[in-house]
Amino acid sequence: MPDRTKTYDVLVAGGGNAALCAAITARQAGASVLLVESAPKAFRGGNSRHTRNLRAMHDQPNAVLTDAYKEDEYWDDLLRVTGGNTDEALARMTIRASSGVFGWMRDAGVRFQPSLTGTLNLGRTNAFFLGGGKALVNAYYLTAERLGIEVLYDTEVISMNMEDGAVRSIDITYKGFPETVHARCVVASSGGFQANLEWMREYWGDAVDNFVIRGTPYNRGRVLKNLLDQGVQAIGDPTQCHAVALDARAPKFDGGITTRLDSVPYSVVVNRNGDRFYDEGEDVWPKRYAIWGRLIAQQPGQIAYSICDAKAFPLFMPSVFPAIKADTLEELAIKMKLDPVKIRETIDQFNASVRAGQVFDNLKLDGNATAGLTPNKTNWARSVDKPPFYGYPLRPGITFTYLSVKVNDKAQVLMDNGQPAGNLFASGEIMSGNILGKGYLAGFGMTIGTVFGRIAGQEAARRARN
Amino acid sequence: MQETDAVINARREMEVCNACRYCEGFCAVFPAVELRREFSAGDLSYLANLCHNCKGCYYACQYAPPHEWGINVPKALAEVRAESYAEYAWPRSLASMFNRNGTVVSLVAALGIALVLILSMLLNSPGNFFGAHGTTPESFYDIIPLWAMQVVGIATFGFSLVALWMGARNFWRDAGPRQRIGPMAVAIALWDVLTLKNLGGGGNGCNDNSEAFSMRRRYLHHAMFYGFLLCFAATTTGFIYHSFLGWPAPYPFISAPVLLGTVGGVLMLIGTVGLFGMKFVDDPMPAVRRLLGGEVALLMMLAMIALTGLILLAVRTTGAMGLAMAVHLGFILAFFLVLPYSKMVHGVYRSAALLRRAVERNMKPLGGE
Repeated sequence: MPDRTKTYDVLVAGGGNAALCAAITARQAGASVLLVESAPKAFRGGNSRHTRNLRAMHDQPNAVLTDAYKEDEYWDDLLRVTGGNTDEALARMTIRASSGVFGWMRDAGVRFQPSLTGTLNLGRTNAFFLGGGKALVNAYYLTAERLGIEVLYDTEVISMNMEDGAVRSIDITYKGFPETVHARCVVASSGGFQANLEWMREYWGDAVDNFVIRGTPYNRGRVLKNLLDQGVQAIGDPTQCHAVALDARAPKFDGGITTRLDSVPYSVVVNRNGDRFYDEGEDVWPKRYAIWGRLIAQQPGQIAYSICDAKAFPLFMPSVFPAIKADTLEELAIKMKLDPVKIRETIDQFNASVRAGQVFDNLKLDGNATAGLTPNKTNWARSVDKPPFYGYPLRPGITFTYLSVKVNDKAQVLMDNGQPAGNLFASGEIMSGNILGKGYLAGFGMTIGTVFGRIAGQEAARRARN
Repeated sequence: MQETDAVINARREMEVCNACRYCEGFCAVFPAVELRREFSAGDLSYLANLCHNCKGCYYACQYAPPHEWGINVPKALAEVRAESYAEYAWPRSLASMFNRNGTVVSLVAALGIALVLILSMLLNSPGNFFGAHGTTPESFYDIIPLWAMQVVGIATFGFSLVALWMGARNFWRDAGPRQRIGPMAVAIALWDVLTLKNLGGGGNGCNDNSEAFSMRRRYLHHAMFYGFLLCFAATTTGFIYHSFLGWPAPYPFISAPVLLGTVGGVLMLIGTVGLFGMKFVDDPMPAVRRLLGGEVALLMMLAMIALTGLILLAVRTTGAMGLAMAVHLGFILAFFLVLPYSKMVHGVYRSAALLRRAVERNMKPLGGE
């Protein structure tokens, strides 16, 4: 039950990693903190519950990261994926701060997986949470409880009522009932709007009906929209979202990591007309998976089909759904409701165009390409001829949206006139567009959330306590 | 293993785990999952017996109930594990002992005590049975002759060892390794058994009733396990003293058998009572309720063995010795009888599973991100 008579030092809107980092940091600085999470307890944690790691700069190996990953390399990686759609000062500040978060995270109960175990080929750049993001979220909530942070589940912020560039009161619904609460400072950490299909429809039309939302259904962008409507400055392209290729059989929401499919580089991918539409072997999958959501979103019916044979099948990690399997290509096409004649024609043409000659090597760009096709497959091209044949239907899977509130290096939210709001801060996905205006780097969302969460918590507590 | 609902559900869950792999740092189960693309019933039995039930993966799981996929790995594997105990039981006709196992273990305990009590009272005069024997040598054997203890003990325990061995063989064949067992694998498996490394959620302990980690369960199990071993060592030392050195029981308090037995008994009591107490506070969600009976019955039996042993030590010079010894030996007889048809088998199959895991430790995960 929220205390209506009390003025909290800090109210945090949201319940994921960025919100928890802000709430815990503010509480550690002596502030009274109310954290408002729109999800019920079982689904708390926003998209953080589906994450797994955090990308961190480090100059030498440590307990959870191998080798070194220095500022300039990190920055180059970010520059490459964003195509310059970033803010260098904020980005470099975030990168530098990422090297110093481990001690604080450990003290707050987060446990890491040792760096040299399992299937971690990101062990150099990314620190993996033991048990993944939900375990991290669990640890933070336990710490929050221990520190005396008030946590309200099933509670959504409806409006942050701003006057003269400051939040005066916050309208919430607590388990469905409207309430108004007061806080000296407010941290907005309530994510993007990718789960708000009506909002998404404004930009994507009815294609959204064929989108899969990979994460939480609770990121509806209510706070984001509310703030932008009250003169907060926006940053990031509202029409853009991070979209990957997913198994089309994924649930509409919350399918998380297990529905992603890594088969594309070793397959032939066709749309529902049976036509190829993009170079499946353009680059290694970690560098290409994020463009395939958009590619599929542009195909008729927002669906594509990945087809491979018995040679290619063991090369990629399984999706949670079994592959559609058949002894002939025609049978596979029928099982996937595709035109068998057309599929046979596309594959025959593909097979006839393969100009192999290099040793097949799935671990690097091996140069085995097709010739004379539009488009050609430029790596890992091999005849699809060894039964059984395997197929997967693919859909665009939306991870997050880019539209954000603009912030400065103190995590203060900026108004349209460029002035910082008096008592409003932001952390996490709701402001990630400042740094990540395009593309994605694995684990960088958690880095932004952790670094800005701690800054926002610190600054909000300091301001509230003065 | 037969294809049952439990096996089918465990397969479904393992396929989700294999596409996720977030839990790979918790224990041996998930790295073993990553070596496979398809899960035979035998594979699932292997994974089920590899699971130490620390529940870390349940609390960490983004697909745990109320998510529509309802992934609950500790529970799914516990179901398969329970079925595997019946599946591998030897002789096969006694597999049904694992149905309503709590009742079976309790009944055998009651019958064991009754049998030893009735026989020792029938075969002794009341004066001898209830008389104080002081610390005269061989006083125990005035009540129950040594040969009788040895014949019954060796026969029942011997049969149990054979049955356990046959069960282990059945398990091994069902989920057999692909490579030869090397000395290194044996050493690794032994270390894993003795330290219960996998009952540690990557070194942080178990999740007993919440997201919070705790070493409680691991330490209590250690107390019980090492207490049990100390008691076993006490019995063995006594046997050596008597048979080879010609020193008959009872031994003074400051002697190897009594000290080993006393420390062992106290540790066993702490472990068993502690683990029993945890059944009341553990989160019921990741547990299988119908297996509770067999677990509790075995814990209580072990606790009673320890307790009656300590009581026997306390009253051995008084007229209560005969009664105390009959009850103590009654529990031990029951334990020997029911050993291969109780939760005790988990130790055998889990050790075998850990050995199999050690054998396949250098295999590479399939796929990868």
